[in-house]
Amino acid sequence: MNLAEKKLNNDFYIESPLPPKRTRMQEFRRLFGQNRLAILGLFIFILFFCCAVTGLFLTSGSKPIFDPAMVRLQEKLRPPLAKPNLDSLQPQEVPALGVYLMGTDDLGRDVFSRMLQGAWVSLTVGFVAVGISVLIGIFMGGIAGYFGQHHIRTDQVLFTLALIFGTGLMLINVTFIGTVILLLCLAYIFYSLLARHGSTEKETPALKAMLHSNAVSVDTLIMRIVDIMLCFPSFFLILTVVALLPASIYNIMIVIGLTSWMGTTRFVRAEFLSLREQDFVAAAKALGLSNFRIIFRHIMPNAIAPVLVSATIGIASAILTEAGLSFLGFGVPPPHATWGNILSNGKNFIFDAPWLTFIPGIAILIVVLSFNLFGEGLRDVMNPKLKERH
Amino acid sequence: MIDERTTHDKPLLCVENLKVYFQSNGERAHAVDGISFEVREKETVCIVGESGCGKTVSALSILGLIPTPPGEIVDGQIIFSGQNLIKLDEKSMQKIRGNHISMVFQEPLTSLNPVLTIGDQIGEAVYTHKQIEPEALFQYCVQLLNDVGIPSPKQRLSDYPHQLSGGQRQRVMIAMALACDPDLIIADEPTTALDVTVQAQILALLRSIQKKRSMSVLYISHDLGVVSAIANRIYVMYAGIMVEQGNTDQIFRSARHPYTQGLLASLPSLSKRGKRLHSIPGSVPNPAYKPTGCPFHPRCSHAILSCREEFPEMCDYSEGHQARCPILFKSKGYKESSPPQRAGKDSKGQVIRHKTGG
Amino acid sequence: MLSFIGRSIVQKTITLFFVSIVSFLIIHLAPGSPSQVDPLNPKFTPEMVERFQKEFHLDRPLYIQYIYFYRDLFTGKTVSWKDNQSVLKKIWERFLNSLPLFVVGTLITWTLSFPVGIRSAIFRGGIYDRSATFISYVLISIPGFFFAYVLIIFVVTYLHVPVIGLETFGIGDAPATYLFMDRIWHLLLPSMLGATGGIAVLSRYVRSQMLEVEGQDYIRTARAKGLPPEQVHYKHALRNALLPFVTMFGLILPGLIGGSVIIESIFSWPGMGRMAYEAILARDYPIILTVNFVSAVLVLAGTFISDLLYLVVDPRIRL
Repeated sequence: MNLAEKKLNNDFYIESPLPPKRTRMQEFRRLFGQNRLAILGLFIFILFFCCAVTGLFLTSGSKPIFDPAMVRLQEKLRPPLAKPNLDSLQPQEVPALGVYLMGTDDLGRDVFSRMLQGAWVSLTVGFVAVGISVLIGIFMGGIAGYFGQHHIRTDQVLFTLALIFGTGLMLINVTFIGTVILLLCLAYIFYSLLARHGSTEKETPALKAMLHSNAVSVDTLIMRIVDIMLCFPSFFLILTVVALLPASIYNIMIVIGLTSWMGTTRFVRAEFLSLREQDFVAAAKALGLSNFRIIFRHIMPNAIAPVLVSATIGIASAILTEAGLSFLGFGVPPPHATWGNILSNGKNFIFDAPWLTFIPGIAILIVVLSFNLFGEGLRDVMNPKLKERH
Repeated sequence: MIDERTTHDKPLLCVENLKVYFQSNGERAHAVDGISFEVREKETVCIVGESGCGKTVSALSILGLIPTPPGEIVDGQIIFSGQNLIKLDEKSMQKIRGNHISMVFQEPLTSLNPVLTIGDQIGEAVYTHKQIEPEALFQYCVQLLNDVGIPSPKQRLSDYPHQLSGGQRQRVMIAMALACDPDLIIADEPTTALDVTVQAQILALLRSIQKKRSMSVLYISHDLGVVSAIANRIYVMYAGIMVEQGNTDQIFRSARHPYTQGLLASLPSLSKRGKRLHSIPGSVPNPAYKPTGCPFHPRCSHAILSCREEFPEMCDYSEGHQARCPILFKSKGYKESSPPQRAGKDSKGQVIRHKTGG
Repeated sequence: MLSFIGRSIVQKTITLFFVSIVSFLIIHLAPGSPSQVDPLNPKFTPEMVERFQKEFHLDRPLYIQYIYFYRDLFTGKTVSWKDNQSVLKKIWERFLNSLPLFVVGTLITWTLSFPVGIRSAIFRGGIYDRSATFISYVLISIPGFFFAYVLIIFVVTYLHVPVIGLETFGIGDAPATYLFMDRIWHLLLPSMLGATGGIAVLSRYVRSQMLEVEGQDYIRTARAKGLPPEQVHYKHALRNALLPFVTMFGLILPGLIGGSVIIESIFSWPGMGRMAYEAILARDYPIILTVNFVSAVLVLAGTFISDLLYLVVDPRIRL
């Protein structure tokens, strides 16, 4: 053996070649990029977003470029790309581009302007409603998942009920009984706080033991609330509330948000339940981190994935719900335009002016489709099981 | 260079230059990079290697169970009973699977269908390949369960997998594999998921069955202790290639490849009590990013420049014993296997060659 | 097993109780009052309003009203405020109308979703899968009434099929077969409409469940045994993939009373959905509350049945 043949690994060993390091973002982008439909969805969503924002600027203010509210009865039901009849119009009534891009509706309003205005409204309705529902869902789901095993004592249940009852009575002006009940609650709270300081008894009397017994766990409580909410058919609930409350865009957004958090709660709870048992949580606890920090910095980022997916799909469904409500007459009140408005308006003229139905309908279809595709693409990317399958 | 093999009888299974690559995430992983091995009749062959070396993939490709979108058999042939299994169409493969070649998997709980009874799952293995009347089927299954040592087999047949213990489930898997009296059983780490005592029972069971039915067994494992107990011949696998092959004696007493020596040296034993535990530095390479030349060279203390540049060929030692390390082959005088010492510089600044002996 | 049933029933009854309270509160605490007692409504004189209030206990505190209402509900005496008919009778009539729509729709949905989903999973990535996926997405995304109108225009203009209402006007005297065929014609489009959305969602779910099961180890074992592919897919994979769907079966129950308001409005189908809708508009509290209550009962019964079915079907769960 040639002594001069130098050994490669003398005091250390050579590192085997490593695969290129990819950050999570790059990995995500690459996986997502393989799904063409999802990319298309994202693209359309961005397009929609830009339209909505520019539409907002172009149609708002007192002298907007595209005026959605300008009524020109003499020009009603003109088809798309029709030239305006310049003789019958005043100068400020002539549409901006010199042509009715998408025709006019039964009041002579430019459909294109209304669509632009409606884009922003649909977008806001979708995002705000889903934002509310996701916030509630994460909150409820997180508490149920993380603190699920904590129990609520019987006396706590009792005096919460009494508090609600008392407040309710106060609200409907049954002041005397209401005040009495509220005072009793306060007294009980003081008493229990004091008693804890001074209690040295070894034996707890039977009544006290019963009051301190565990009534129900936090998890059960929250899941029962979810069950109760699920008992109401959602569309009816929305319909009921919207019909009974004064019509306004904010009411609709809030109501849709308040009635669709149950799914998110279930997802978040399931994720929390499984993540809570993992070692990294035990490690964090062993380090002495507060519960708050563990939940928000450690568990939450892992649990976010299904929430994002359901949020995206939730936006799609919120837009469809708003359209449905408009169809039934409970949508955003006129003269504000939403795509649902235009669509439901158009149903009366379906044979004379089909563009009034088709244009918003197809627009809603494309936007909702893009959200759904994007959401499904997200789900495929974030699903660890599907990832292994190639 | 294809190795010359002196075989007494024609081998039952002969794998030649098998290459299986996986395409995923933009990477091409060379899971199996040209291995050759054979199994003769009535013998137990073990393929040994760490996780990630490609042994399971090799086993699965014999039966054509590699999922084809990511995986692909790129080259090689698998000769069984005169047929090249790679070229066989699906219908003919189905006739071989479970019938002439059967497989026992590693995780008995997930490998059994949770919603079907044991009897159902064993019975269908029999029914698909053999023509047995339904009445005789039941008795046949009872006999099978008896053979694998499950008590009260008649009741067990109507149980579901989750009602059995881990060891019993693995026995059921073995029963399913034996159902049609195969010529070859492939066992992919069947005892890894079991306790040590159960492990010993299953190994004893395999041995007795093999003797009784004169089958061949291809046993895949990473556990050298298990291998020493049951193997006739051993193939050592690393990063998708065979690095050493020989019978049990040759491998355990005179291993000739640094990797095999490292594996053996890592086994804790009483004789090494008080001494520092040996381990092979580094880790198994990623199948998509393998080192150039000899895949073991980054972790090998004998490595020299040519190890990085050229892919080493198999070197013949003695009857059936081959190792893929020309360096050790050339350094004659190497008798026993011993923990390779780290090369260092001696007091004169000269590179120390390895010392022989223990 | 019995203890599970017992516990379930108790829990569900408690939930039901809370649901009844919540729905009662929502209705009564909402602003505005039923048209009959609206002081601004010119149709009703003050004496009539007062009589109405006395009759329906509207002048009493809420909890008393609550007790009265539910007492009447359970004894079947609740009466609609609009036309003084018994609520239960009204609901029953409309229910009989909605039932064929529901049954046909559900049948179409469930019989078509499974083959589509299973085929998509087995031939994953192929032409069938990709087109089925795309069509599903489109069907989920299309606004219901838009799709309805498109279909109606198409069907009426080109196929001359009558679509509106339960039956063609004036057909009352025709022989039974004509009547029957007529009913089927009218039933076809609304139920298909209701089914398309359901098929889209359900087939995707079937597909994803099948895919998940097909990746499991025991499928690999089944193939290693040399079983033919049909046996692997249908006997081994499908049995496991179907487990969650058996439980979904129980959840169809609430759909009985749901009915789609939109579909019924478009097709002028006198069903439950429209009745509830009109009741909401008219603030006909008894009907709203009763429909709500029945729906809650159905939801809870549906989940109960799902749990039971799951116990029966999955051998791993034995209580």
